[in-house]
Amino acid sequence: MNRVVITGIGIYSCLGKNLEAVKDSLFQGRSGIVLDPERKAFGYRSGLTGWVDRPELKGMLDRRARLMMPEQAEYAYMSTREALAMAKMDQDFLDSREVGLLFGNDSSAKPVVEATDIIREKKDTMLVGSGSVFQTMNSTVNMNLATIFRLKGVNFSVSAACASGSHAIGLGYMFIRSGMQDAVICGGAQEINLYAMGNFDAIAAFSVRESDPAKASRPFDRDRDGLVPSGGAATVILESLESARRRGATILGEVIGYGFSSNGAHISNPSVEGPTRSLEMALREAGIQPKDIGYINAHATSTPAGDASEARAIHSVFGGCNTPVSSTKGMTGHECWMAGASEIVYSMLMMQHGFMAPNINFENPDEDSAKLNIVTNTLNKNFNIFLSNSFGFGGTNSSLIVRKWE
Amino acid sequence: MEIKEIIQKTNAFLAEEFEVSPESITPEAELKATLELDSLDYIDLVVAIENNFGFKVKPEDFQGIVSFQDFYDYVIERVKQKELV
Repeated sequence: MNRVVITGIGIYSCLGKNLEAVKDSLFQGRSGIVLDPERKAFGYRSGLTGWVDRPELKGMLDRRARLMMPEQAEYAYMSTREALAMAKMDQDFLDSREVGLLFGNDSSAKPVVEATDIIREKKDTMLVGSGSVFQTMNSTVNMNLATIFRLKGVNFSVSAACASGSHAIGLGYMFIRSGMQDAVICGGAQEINLYAMGNFDAIAAFSVRESDPAKASRPFDRDRDGLVPSGGAATVILESLESARRRGATILGEVIGYGFSSNGAHISNPSVEGPTRSLEMALREAGIQPKDIGYINAHATSTPAGDASEARAIHSVFGGCNTPVSSTKGMTGHECWMAGASEIVYSMLMMQHGFMAPNINFENPDEDSAKLNIVTNTLNKNFNIFLSNSFGFGGTNSSLIVRKWE
Repeated sequence: MEIKEIIQKTNAFLAEEFEVSPESITPEAELKATLELDSLDYIDLVVAIENNFGFKVKPEDFQGIVSFQDFYDYVIERVKQKELV
């Protein structure tokens, strides 16, 4: 079995458009949440959202490439450029090796809605233009990045609701561990536009604390009233230890455990038992004990039921260890398909720079979160191993464990 | 619409849509080579014409068009037809 290391990370999120900016936001506990008046006018119950501007790619990519890309592919292009540069993987390297690509993405609503509007109005499918079909598929991020970077390895998208990005990294880990791939570009991407989240808003999943957007996402807090949608993209480059050593790459960390499970129950109601099995499997796979984990980046999205279930699952596995826990979603909101990948990037930044980002807006515990050691203010503390949870609709669960490379 | 105006408008949207320098568009130049059109680009040409002149093009209409002058002639004829309706 190959050991699997991380040699590059990249991020484009509401906390910043690159690693340096995001590291500062994490350290300062800065929120990326805004109130978008367009959503209210459109009929949303909540106008809150994480926000990041679309990148200007003219001059970076030719017209044909840009025509094929919905916004989440643009975000993913930016985060992947940054990760590849960090990994020192240039185009010659990508051309000479079979590098894979596994990205989490579970919607592409805006191009679908816009194309349908055109067809309805003009009664002519051709008027949607040539880029539409490539923008509308769930695999759009993969098809765009694989073409732009001329990748030749495994190439498919992972669609697992809010655990998509985490499972993408887990699968990349398995491909490299088994020896089937030497390097895989993994990640997650999430569109932010108002077409993407209307039906999510419909089920009253979102916080309506619109009077103070920065306070709206409050994972584990007693007075939380729902999640805040968000988006962007994150990239994590996985490589076999042998490949990384052979080319003298800087190794940032090692993925040592991947756990997964399915609740086998309700489509949206969370469970304690499902996530507990995912956590336990990741620990078993890593061959470590709960006390060895230095930091837990929780999935906690600021929904009443979800956070309580996760708190119970964490407590059932880590009770007695007093492991520091924070959900960075207090700052970012819920980055959905991207979150499992972005939270690996956020945790990697913390581990590299010796701090734990705060779970902002955690002011009062409830009976479940009171049993956890939740980080409320930035903690200057080194840690060597972290665990990151991601859970999604349909009861899909994913847990990843990463160790610092020393 | 005057012929000169149609040609100016055509040149402007072609240069913008296909990101080529306006100077590269001359009546004698080849449309496909100058704009670097592949099969997908013809779809976007159909969209651009609809957006700018309001008429629908069938892809087979492009078969006889080689130069920009051929393209102007085609667009002028369709615009004039539309104006007569």
